[in-house]
Amino acid sequence: MSSVNRVGYFGSYGGRFAPETLMGPLIELEAFYSRMKRDAQFQAEYLDLLKTFVGRKTPLTLASRLTEVCGGAKIFLKREDLAHTGAHKINNAVGQILLARRMGKKRIIAETGAGQHGVATATVAAKFGLECVVYMGKVDIERQAQNVQRMNLLGARVVPVTSGTQTLKDAVSEAMRDWVTHYQESYYLLGSALGPHPYPEMVRDFQRVIGIEAREQILEAAGRLPDELIACVGGGSNSIGLFHPFLADTQVKMTGVEAGGRSSKPGEHAARFEGGSVGVLQGTQSFILQDQNGQILNTHSISAGLDYAAIGPEHAFLREIKRANYVSIRDHEALQAFRELARLEGIIPALESSHAVAYAMKRAAELQPDQIILVNLSGRGDKDLNTVLQQGASS
Amino acid sequence: MSLSERGPNTVAFIPFVVAGDPDQDTTLKMIDLLIEEGADLIELGVPFSDALADGPVIQFASEKAASTTSLDDVLKLVKRAREKHAGFRFVLFTYVNPILRMGEEEFAARASEAGVYAVLVVDLPPDESVVYRECMAKVNVKTVFLASPTTSLERFDPIARDSTAFVYYVSRAGVTGVQEKMSSTLSVEVKRLRERTDKPIAVGFGISNGGLAREVAQIADGVVVGSAFVKILEQGATLAALDQVRVLAREIRTATRNHS
Ligand SMILES: Cc1ncc(COP(=O)(O)O)c(C=O)c1O
Repeated sequence: MSSVNRVGYFGSYGGRFAPETLMGPLIELEAFYSRMKRDAQFQAEYLDLLKTFVGRKTPLTLASRLTEVCGGAKIFLKREDLAHTGAHKINNAVGQILLARRMGKKRIIAETGAGQHGVATATVAAKFGLECVVYMGKVDIERQAQNVQRMNLLGARVVPVTSGTQTLKDAVSEAMRDWVTHYQESYYLLGSALGPHPYPEMVRDFQRVIGIEAREQILEAAGRLPDELIACVGGGSNSIGLFHPFLADTQVKMTGVEAGGRSSKPGEHAARFEGGSVGVLQGTQSFILQDQNGQILNTHSISAGLDYAAIGPEHAFLREIKRANYVSIRDHEALQAFRELARLEGIIPALESSHAVAYAMKRAAELQPDQIILVNLSGRGDKDLNTVLQQGASS
Repeated sequence: MSLSERGPNTVAFIPFVVAGDPDQDTTLKMIDLLIEEGADLIELGVPFSDALADGPVIQFASEKAASTTSLDDVLKLVKRAREKHAGFRFVLFTYVNPILRMGEEEFAARASEAGVYAVLVVDLPPDESVVYRECMAKVNVKTVFLASPTTSLERFDPIARDSTAFVYYVSRAGVTGVQEKMSSTLSVEVKRLRERTDKPIAVGFGISNGGLAREVAQIADGVVVGSAFVKILEQGATLAALDQVRVLAREIRTATRNHS
């Protein structure tokens, strides 16, 4: 669907497909953010919090034993697992909470899948003394119980969502319903590079710090740019954050890894590019998993954070112009990578990030020892121990 | 401009039904019944798996019906209903994705062929609707866009211009669902919009009984009642439920007639 003013579009993807009641709040947010984007004081405050609260910069680690086992390209890991609260999600939460404060909002709404974005939001809300409500699908509450406890400790209210698939998608809808009803006092702190404009662009901007740091760090460590970047793609925020600062470096290949789930059958995966088509879900036009009537399909992934029916619109654009390519990794491959990374490198990755690691292992073996792969290790895996141990027991 | 064809003193009664809730036969029965009770237009909700603008009542009805009733089925329902009720005005209330999946041009042609009067796409603001409006205009199916308390006056002008059937004013910031009373600023808001457009203005969201309908009828050209009807069907399409639908329809019809 085209429009005259292509506000918020990446090629033909993105846009603002929102109910009229949300248009006012979205336009206000867009205007406010575009001012803050150029506001030196705002940017300084954001960078200061990243340093003094989040603990940035996060290191770049050479995974030497993993490299050896794979027998090919050198594998470097960008350690977002070492950021405060254990995942990249905090970068975006810090940026948006500063916006919320400056907009005078007293109540923060968020959705969460894996719980990492919920924890990050609860954390910054606690830090600034703001009320926080987090919507989370019932299925995700069960599989990410530890993160629910963390949110509770941080003083947030976690609201179980029992509609639809009871996962991330339904949590997003519920958060939007809350926002539309309480927009005057509430700020919707969306956790990934999706939803209506300005979210995909704004979340990307707040996650770019990953790629900016990684670019400097690899130049310092290896004296050159990597041959390939690899990151997992749920909504697409950690991946776009890593990719974006490298866009002009055309010699650097970029690969996003989607959740291949149990199989390629509809309902058993969350590989939007392989199994989906163009459509509109939750405010943005992109690749989505849908049936022939335009109803949204169920998704499955062992990792709650990748279990979502739409992919961020900028990824659809990067794929269309062939700047990035996208692959998928099955549940069992991610589980295996989870174990390998723990055993070989002493790092327990999030199941989401394990998808990126699994693909990097395959890919490294195809490349030469003088080549370099840089993987975004988007989060740590403590939250996933139950899931992984259960799998171990059943297999 | 009057929305009701029953004379200048009658405000249009516009009930909303989720097509296929709980099955398509019930929807046809509901249509017969509501027309018998004096509905001026009927809004048919196209079921969608992810109805984010709707509150729990319509959301759950829509989610359930989505597995049995597609956009294609809804168009067929309209066609069948119009065989019996020639000339009756049906308005489709839908999310944009099913239309995109069918193709905007194809959808417009099929809607026209089925005899659909107008279409409201809840997550398609005028800003994103250029191609859609062209397709609809070509086949003479009218359009309805939403305005709400969060709509600025600058936004309202294109909304009114692009609504070729009527403007649908959302009575409050929020999702669909029943409520006890209307917003205290509603009449001021609607009056302000009247100064900017001659198009009829229907008001919906939260109108659940005759009392509220009477209040809204003072200021609007049409009164949309949705969740209150959908809620009655939660008990199943029993005879008792259909009786309750009839009672509520009468109450609203009475409340919207003979206003001056
Ligand atoms: C550790 C981790 N990685 C990745 C993701 C996926 O999100 P995104 O694609 O926005 O980075 C999540 C989401 O919950 C996550 O917790």
